[in-house]
Amino acid sequence: MLRNATFAVLSLLLLVCLAPTASAQAQQPATTYAITHAKITTLVGLTIDDGTLVIKDGKIAAVGASVEVPAGAQIIDGKGLQVYPGLFDAVTQMGLSEISAVSSTVDSSETGNFNPDVIAATAVSPSSEHIPVTRASGITEVLAVPASGGFDSGGSRSVVGGQASAFSLAGWTMDDMQIKRSVAMVINWPTIQTRTFDFATFSRKDRPYSEAKQEYEKQVNELTDWIDRARHYAQAIGHGGPSDFERDVKLEALAPVVRGQLPVLVFADRARDIRNAVEFCDKQKLKMILAGGEEAYQVKELLRSKNVPVILRPMLSLPREEDDPYDVLLSQPAQLYEAGVKFAIGSFDNSFARRLGQNAANAVAHGLPYEQALKAVTIYPAQIFGLGDQVGTIETGKIANVIVTNGDPLELTTDVKYLFIRGQLTSTDNRHKRLYEKYSNRPKP
Amino acid sequence: MNGRIPSVTLLSLFLFAVAADSAAPPDSSPVIVIQNATILTVTKGTIEHGSILIKDGKIAEIGASVKAPKDATVIDAEGKFVTPGIIDCHSHIAIEGGVNEGSISVSSIANIAEVLDSDDVDIYRDLAGGVTTANILHGSANSIGGQTIVIKLRWGQPVSKLPFEGALPGIKFALGENPKRSNFSIPGQPKRYPATRMGVEETIRGAFTEARDYKSAWDAYNKKVIAGDKAALPPRRDLRLDPLVEVLEGKRYVHSHCYREDEILMLLRVAKEFGFKVRTFQHVLEGYKVADEIAAAGAGASTFSDWWAYKVEAYDAIPYNAALMTRRGVVVSINSDDAEEATHLNQEAAKSIKFGGLTHDEALKLVTINPAIQLGIDKRVGSIEVGKDADLVIYNHDPMSAYAVVQKTLVDGRVLFDRDKDIAGRAVLEKEKKDLLAKEKAAAKKTDEKKPDAKKPDAVKKPDEKKPDEKKPDDKPKPPSDSDANGGAL
Repeated sequence: MLRNATFAVLSLLLLVCLAPTASAQAQQPATTYAITHAKITTLVGLTIDDGTLVIKDGKIAAVGASVEVPAGAQIIDGKGLQVYPGLFDAVTQMGLSEISAVSSTVDSSETGNFNPDVIAATAVSPSSEHIPVTRASGITEVLAVPASGGFDSGGSRSVVGGQASAFSLAGWTMDDMQIKRSVAMVINWPTIQTRTFDFATFSRKDRPYSEAKQEYEKQVNELTDWIDRARHYAQAIGHGGPSDFERDVKLEALAPVVRGQLPVLVFADRARDIRNAVEFCDKQKLKMILAGGEEAYQVKELLRSKNVPVILRPMLSLPREEDDPYDVLLSQPAQLYEAGVKFAIGSFDNSFARRLGQNAANAVAHGLPYEQALKAVTIYPAQIFGLGDQVGTIETGKIANVIVTNGDPLELTTDVKYLFIRGQLTSTDNRHKRLYEKYSNRPKP
Repeated sequence: MNGRIPSVTLLSLFLFAVAADSAAPPDSSPVIVIQNATILTVTKGTIEHGSILIKDGKIAEIGASVKAPKDATVIDAEGKFVTPGIIDCHSHIAIEGGVNEGSISVSSIANIAEVLDSDDVDIYRDLAGGVTTANILHGSANSIGGQTIVIKLRWGQPVSKLPFEGALPGIKFALGENPKRSNFSIPGQPKRYPATRMGVEETIRGAFTEARDYKSAWDAYNKKVIAGDKAALPPRRDLRLDPLVEVLEGKRYVHSHCYREDEILMLLRVAKEFGFKVRTFQHVLEGYKVADEIAAAGAGASTFSDWWAYKVEAYDAIPYNAALMTRRGVVVSINSDDAEEATHLNQEAAKSIKFGGLTHDEALKLVTINPAIQLGIDKRVGSIEVGKDADLVIYNHDPMSAYAVVQKTLVDGRVLFDRDKDIAGRAVLEKEKKDLLAKEKAAAKKTDEKKPDAKKPDAVKKPDEKKPDEKKPDDKPKPPSDSDANGGAL
């Protein structure tokens, strides 16, 4: 959107000036920690009212009511505090977008309609100020999702957007932080849009339904064609040596998709689009995860019967239609739960990532059982993306992404007292706290 | 469009019926007693197991127990919390069409009061979030924008009933990236002055220099008339400068959109030069950096809870802003700038407990009495006191929590939102919608048969067709919800 040289310079300057003076993350080497006498919500089995959690070499080493504190462990007195798995934000542009209005700070959406080969992890900036701000709210791992819309999509949303990456929110480099480089292939399901916005002329354009439908069909046909070609390509790789076929990096990227090894994360909100996407993936034998899903409740039976999990966008959103019930999105999680549809909740953003817990709590206020809400921002997204054995609960052997709070992690007023990311005691310091402290100390003029 | 209008009308009719049903006929004010509630009065502490008597649209009595008149409707609020109606100091709901007259840098001639829309469903949705009063503003494309108006969310009543009686009107100013159109260049169109913060200051100074001269001309003329000069000619009327003269005379509030500390101080300087007051700084995301100066000028600050980084001037935004400014003596409110955000302003206020350590009661003030003070309507609304308007919200939990859900919202002593009745009425609405759609389809089919050459695919609009974006004011950064191209919502 911004092609203004002044801005480019300004933003560069900003990035230089505002770069953290010292990395906020923990600097000590891997250590053993023991959190004692805390209430531990493991999300597997019963909650431990007075328990000990041992973290060693980045992993959860032991948890229970009668666990020995290892010699030499740094002890954190958890009396009066509560321990939870860190929250998992299932859709963000974390590290890919800094200031969404300034294009030079945004790497979240490529041009062109088919970019299966681009991978989020490549462009995640470990120095993004969003990372410490977000983890201070108790989010310890996220998915960075290319072409996932958000505030900075600039109107370009590729049909095949690239590969999403999962990572923990602390580390010196992306290699440290990465949980899995490629966890899903992004597909933005084409929609029949009669009204579009043209960013070149900054004006709205209307067109007849028939024309919009034609374009929709064209895009779906193209997508079908890509999948077909990828299938042939995958067969070719499977059978011959490297010299038997011409290498194509885009088809190569799609090969794990057509083999069913890499799920597709399909963005669709309208019931009609969701139905079409499910039918498409079913026919093409793709492993589908739905993202967005504002009208998922209208097709919940289909989603359940086809075992399609959903990453819901924030329920703090207005209904699409004027005559929808005012709370239709707030009560949707409860409806999906009752229908047996598996879902997680995502922020779909960076700046608003810290509203993840708030959104989950609002779903509880509208009928979703509390434990389901907590799981929808911890273990469910982990399971949906095939990371359930690595994060999302407090279990021995998992990555020690753990938060110690003074209350319910979904509640607005709860503070994160201690933050463990990859087994390191990590500072909750961040840009906002620093500015707050600085200006709190400003003398009266 | 055909597919939606009837159902909307139905919805409003139905909801109006809800309101009427819970009380007397719509014209007379019902007598209501709310009993057994935890009453958060905001200005007079908390009353456990208290009652409120409502008469003639006003709060008649508050106490541990009040005598319920025989004809009173009793609302049992056992286990529930009652607060004053939420006041949103920055809203763009209930506006027909665009909110920005973006073509010129001084658009004081435009007036939001002339484009109010009482059928906007966002009025109802915000009522369902406990909002009872809102400051309806022009957009932020201009250094001096259009005239603003305070409304009550009297859903179901005609547009003439929306304005908050006696509330001083305002005018929107805007500083920084939006008026200098940083994020809105249109290819092929020349840049509009101003394009810098320097130019924004000069645009405002220029306009007020004209307004001052214009006022002098009128003052001189009025003097002549009083002195009996029958030949005196009045100055030519200037609709653009009239509202600015009202600002100089203290008859119109200035609500100024701003972000950075330097531009906040700039406007205070200009205001001092011309002798007017800035009533509120809006958004004011760097207000915490110059809180002492804002407090000393007696200006209010109406900010967001935790929005940041959507543009350069929002990169230093911090969620501690409201608390820090409060601690430095500024009257602070949390606003929505967005129809959705308005539905949970209580939650947004609660964040200042976590970020900056406001007390529970201080946080609640951010969306009740403080915005009332900022809008000059605190004698009527903003707290639960005898004699004040019966604008009340009943929550099922403490409203400073993400688990609180609005059960009922009252405006002028009438229940305009009732969650139970809303839910109970949905089946009826759904059926009526289906019937209407079927009827419309049948009618369209008939038309098609009559005109065999009609283009079939386009003759009937699909009912499930994508809803067109009807209003997307360009100054609204929006929490992530709709990824549609939105006209540069920055």
